[in-house]
Amino acid sequence: MPDLLLELFSEEIPARMQAKAADDLRRMVTDKLVAEGLVYEGAKAFATPRRLALTVHGIPARQADLKEERRGPRVGGQDAAIQGFLKATGLTSIEEAKIQRDPKKGDFYVALIEKPGRATIDVLADILPVIIRTFPWPKSMRWGTRSAKPGSLNWVRPLHAITATFGLETEEPDVVKFSVDALEAGQTTFGHRFMAPASISVRRFEDYEAKLLDAKVVLDPERRKDAILTDAKQLAFAQGFELVEDQNLLDEVSGLVEWPVVLMGSFDAEFLSIPSEVIRATIRNNQKCFVVSNAKSGDETGKLASKFILVANIEASDGGKAIVAGNERVIRARLSDAKFFYETDLKTRLEDRLSKFEQIVFHEKLGTQAERIKRIERLAAELAPLVGADVGKARRAARLAKADLLTEVVGEFPEVQGLMGKYYALAQGEDASVAAACEEHYKPQGPNDRVPTDPVSVAVALADKIDTLVGFWAVDEKPTGSKDPYALRRAALGVIRLVAENELRLSVLRVAGSALGCLLEERTKEAIVDNQKLPSDLLAFFADRLKVQLREQGARHDLVDAVFALGGQDDLLLIIRRVEALGKFLDSEDGKNLLAGTKRASNILSIEERKDKRIYDGAPDPALYSLTEEKALAKAIDEVKGEASAAVAREDFAAAMSAMAKLRPPVDAFFDKVRVNDEDPKVRENRLKLLNEIRVATRAVADFSKIQD
Amino acid sequence: MDSLPAHMRPDRSFQGLILALQRYWADYGCVILQPYDMEVGAGTFHPATTLRALGPRPWNAAYVQPSRRPKDGRYGENPNRLQHYYQFQVILKPSPPDIQDLYLKSLAAIGIDAAVHDIRFVEDDWESPTLGAWGLGWECWCDGMEVSQFTYFQQVAGVECSPVSGELTYGLERLAMYVQGVDRVYDLNFNGRDGDRRVTYGDVFLQAEQEYSRHNFEYADTAMLFEQFRMAEEACKKYLAAGWKEGGNSRQHLMALPAYDQCIKASHVFNLLDARGVISVTERQSYILRVRELAKACGDAWIHTEAGGAL
Repeated sequence: MPDLLLELFSEEIPARMQAKAADDLRRMVTDKLVAEGLVYEGAKAFATPRRLALTVHGIPARQADLKEERRGPRVGGQDAAIQGFLKATGLTSIEEAKIQRDPKKGDFYVALIEKPGRATIDVLADILPVIIRTFPWPKSMRWGTRSAKPGSLNWVRPLHAITATFGLETEEPDVVKFSVDALEAGQTTFGHRFMAPASISVRRFEDYEAKLLDAKVVLDPERRKDAILTDAKQLAFAQGFELVEDQNLLDEVSGLVEWPVVLMGSFDAEFLSIPSEVIRATIRNNQKCFVVSNAKSGDETGKLASKFILVANIEASDGGKAIVAGNERVIRARLSDAKFFYETDLKTRLEDRLSKFEQIVFHEKLGTQAERIKRIERLAAELAPLVGADVGKARRAARLAKADLLTEVVGEFPEVQGLMGKYYALAQGEDASVAAACEEHYKPQGPNDRVPTDPVSVAVALADKIDTLVGFWAVDEKPTGSKDPYALRRAALGVIRLVAENELRLSVLRVAGSALGCLLEERTKEAIVDNQKLPSDLLAFFADRLKVQLREQGARHDLVDAVFALGGQDDLLLIIRRVEALGKFLDSEDGKNLLAGTKRASNILSIEERKDKRIYDGAPDPALYSLTEEKALAKAIDEVKGEASAAVAREDFAAAMSAMAKLRPPVDAFFDKVRVNDEDPKVRENRLKLLNEIRVATRAVADFSKIQD
Repeated sequence: MDSLPAHMRPDRSFQGLILALQRYWADYGCVILQPYDMEVGAGTFHPATTLRALGPRPWNAAYVQPSRRPKDGRYGENPNRLQHYYQFQVILKPSPPDIQDLYLKSLAAIGIDAAVHDIRFVEDDWESPTLGAWGLGWECWCDGMEVSQFTYFQQVAGVECSPVSGELTYGLERLAMYVQGVDRVYDLNFNGRDGDRRVTYGDVFLQAEQEYSRHNFEYADTAMLFEQFRMAEEACKKYLAAGWKEGGNSRQHLMALPAYDQCIKASHVFNLLDARGVISVTERQSYILRVRELAKACGDAWIHTEAGGAL
């Protein structure tokens, strides 16, 4: 079956857009083909800086013919109906229609319509221009003379040529005839911009890819990446270094070249006095070059060598000397800037920068950065004893933690924020924990980020996140749907992970209340509503995040509801532990049966309570027990209640669950032998109250009614 | 280039580089203009770009524009940051289909050989919040150094470009440092001569960088500048209002250019105030918006003039 080759040749496409564009092109063309009834065998798309290419192979040469029977009017029906039928079906006279017998409702006409399938090449000529015109570039533009006309083509950068051929492997393929604006599809493309700029005539994908390779264009981005990585590693290895791998950078540089040529350059070793992260950021962000480390250091960024690896787009006639020299000069200038920034930063103590924060607005309703830092400081000091941190150190760390935002290096490379704070803190002789907190208080940044363990870091990290959450809650900027511009979900998850992994005991309500207190003291009342409900709203948000986290870990998130429904639960660590113990219990036979028994009791109660329009609470009367099973259950409930409550009070949730397990045999026996709806209304009432006692007893550990089966 | 006397060669002389670019674009058919006689932050502010980019009339021009970025002053101590520098600006309307090749040939004209140097077009979308303008294009890299900006204007002064212009901006000092092989801007050979007759960029501009850095960061009279901003804004609005003329069924504007001068003025005064650090973060946005409103109103006025295509 025939194949399609499509190439869209343009001016340089941004590297970051290429992969998605190739994928979009494949998806759009193949979706359309399938929608047209053309099922293909395979498709693959490619991108280089100057072209998007697509091959679809094994497409039928024609669409299948369509046969359709259409039911018409009754035989002998009104003339208007028959004329309408002829018009709709394209028949010239009613004699051409079949007559379908129907003894019940009367005979009627049926037209057999045959719609011949179209040649695929014609279908392609219709769909391809539409796809090009509606291509979903993140940003697109107009250009040239035609841009003055309404409806002119939009593309990511000016589009110069379209190649579109369709045909069998064994034959000369045909050009798919269409045009977009003034561009006619053909079979002419171009090689490498500098090394082989001449036009190339191509027939089908195989010769297209081969001819491009001859014309110094590696079409497949994966091949370019492989080549760059292999060559870069080898080049580094040959000189006794190791490439510091960087997938994002590799993706980007492979989108900047059609013919990758890997070269190595060096910089002055004096620059190695700059922190290696800053060297790497400078070389990577500004110059899109890789750094290398001294072999065997085993440390990714520990011991950088004074070398870098660049990826050029040409095989230069001087072997790359001028290119290396040029890049070295730029990198030298960049590193001397970075060194200058770093050394300038070192001259000012972090605390001397703080007054500038008074001018910087954090959020119009939440005040300046300076006010925010003051709040974090206060909260960190309050949290310090709870997390085992030294109050003075926590206060100091909170005070300094944001100061590096005002340094030159962080201004230039935002991604080293925090890290530079640590370096500058150490350089000015701060305590090691205080310095560490400058970096670590931003952590954990996501579900896979490391959670700090140093108590000082923990105190500041919690204070920072809780102030953020309480602040945005107070000004009603909560996350909604997919919108979470202040990353509040991440902050809440961060708090949960800090608490869980460090086994911290905190009352969320109290901490949130005191964070709100700080805010209210400082900010004018009209901006911040004194919302008594805020801490409990926030607690519910934490419960949500906890559920999401448990769900992502594959755990049962309904158990969170069962624990929260008890009320008064605002200690995240205890909630997590209780949920864990409950999960284990419910996995056991005893747990499953007790849950079933409790649910049964609840169901009976809710039916009877509805019927009788009353609640069966209060203690049952022991004098009314007549059956052994009743007495046994009542006794068991008494025991279990005491035992479970005591265990819960000791925060030994496993023991509480074991105590619960003892309820199971008497509950089972009760339902087995005892009829709740006794004829004696007094006995019935007493038995319903006993059922209620089961419900009450289980509430020592969780609200079983919230647990899903 | 080989026929040039040594002191005129772009790789030896800063002015030689400028002259070579001017000659190249003159040969192409551009009108070679002189710098606009007002303080601007970039060559784009020259009315030959901002205003001429609007409307249907073809327009090809090239010129050097001294550009002032008060905040970039470094008292002459940084090897490549300057508060006053030169841009070479080319505007081609509509953007010709071979504009990338034209650009590459202009690099060849100043001695950058594409067989030896790695020239790249790296994504860089351009947006000027103060001008209400945006476009798509690239930074042009030569061996890892950004030597030009290349933009297809999509919108300028709030008006859709129809047709689209191609704008090329060469950072002349950087380019000269590159072709001369110099690491410190002040060491550039300005006139291409040797020995006693050699004049460096430092000879011409170092003192100015020191003085203006002092002025921009420490002494610029902020009370006067706030007042100047207000006056420029008012004047701009006044000229715009006075310039409208209703004739038949078309509106015409008779003072777009003088009004736009006041917009440029306001923009530069704002940059000075910003460098002095007297504009807070929140105010900053509102000043930018005020300049943008002026720019947009000027753009609207311009397209109702003859060169804006109204007649």
